[in-house]
Amino acid sequence: MTRKRLRLYAVLSGLAALGVATALVLSAFNDSLVFFYSPTELKTKSAPFERQLRIGGLVAEHSVARSDDGRTTDFTVTDGTNTVRVTYTGALPDLFREGQGVVAEGVLRRDGTFRASSVLAKHDERYMPPEVAAALKKSGHWQEGAATAGAAAKGAAP
Amino acid sequence: MHRFANPTRFMRASALVLPWLAVATALLLGAGLLLALFVAPPDYQQGESVRIMYVHVPAAWLASAAYLSLAVASAIALIWRHPLADIAAQEAAPIGAVFTAICLLSGSLWGKPMWGAWWVWDARLTSMLVLFFLYLGYIALVNAFDDEERGARAGAILALVGVVDLPIIKFSVDWWNTLHQPASVFRLGGPTIAVSMLAPLLVMALGFTLFFATVLLLRMRAAILARKLRALRRAEAEAAGRFAAGPRDAAGSVL
Repeated sequence: MTRKRLRLYAVLSGLAALGVATALVLSAFNDSLVFFYSPTELKTKSAPFERQLRIGGLVAEHSVARSDDGRTTDFTVTDGTNTVRVTYTGALPDLFREGQGVVAEGVLRRDGTFRASSVLAKHDERYMPPEVAAALKKSGHWQEGAATAGAAAKGAAP
Repeated sequence: MHRFANPTRFMRASALVLPWLAVATALLLGAGLLLALFVAPPDYQQGESVRIMYVHVPAAWLASAAYLSLAVASAIALIWRHPLADIAAQEAAPIGAVFTAICLLSGSLWGKPMWGAWWVWDARLTSMLVLFFLYLGYIALVNAFDDEERGARAGAILALVGVVDLPIIKFSVDWWNTLHQPASVFRLGGPTIAVSMLAPLLVMALGFTLFFATVLLLRMRAAILARKLRALRRAEAEAAGRFAAGPRDAAGSVL
């Protein structure tokens, strides 16, 4: 075996070992690398009460209610299977609306509702001109937040 | 490949290619910017802010692609000891670092209006920041040794170790819940981006790629010339040193 061959095998086996090590570490850390919990994960993974965490999902249709002073907003976050009622006081991002993906940071209260201290909008991976979106909605081929809901539902699987 | 590993041949070939590359880069980036800023439609959700994508996404792609070429060049340098491979790796690093910085900054500017946050510690953003630090670490490590060759070898090993970050960046949005949306272009089932937006994006991406190639060739040529110059200076200094330290009568005879 020539020295070049030897070095080639050394580099390749080093990379393979590193890849395996990284895969193991990442799968071990899997739960703590999650940026947010879906409503289903909140239930199945018994998330702690009164502890800072993030939840994510879609704002359910017809669930947004604003208080009289307009500063507090109540809405339901859904992943298609389970839902969480969220209360938030403050300014919402421009993209916030029913059917939109959101990530809310705050605490889960003992009554099962979520008190958010910040709300971020999560947009899906679809990009299109407004006319196309309008046409899709008109023809009934529109799936509101389909991709985001899919991601949240996938995240719910163990 | 072995044929072009010869620096003299590389200098000749790159001198031929460079003007064409530079002109093509300018044309593509110019056309791409016009298409992206004036021709491409606004997005149904994001409105005009979506135009940040035409800089952000190519910068992100090239940040990863430049790191991949840095790693491949490092592997070639480690295994086959080609003199040009070390130069290619070292000259690619600053360009890749700038692409990564552009990606992070434009992403931050985009995140504030769309998400409502300049920065979040989700898996995609964090792994991209790690890539930025990998570039900086590589540059610092290569320059930390007095012995050029040892610096190059240490840097090459770091570059190879850092490769694990690339699949993490790519698949972070699929493996974990992230605020960053999943892939729109390179995904199973085809792109989820309208053709009228995909076309300008691809023109910009090609422009960024050629820009990378142009700047890399320029930097490699400059590095080769700088090394030649250093070698000449050293030879000159050695000759002068031998002359000064030589026997007195020899010096006298010259004078």
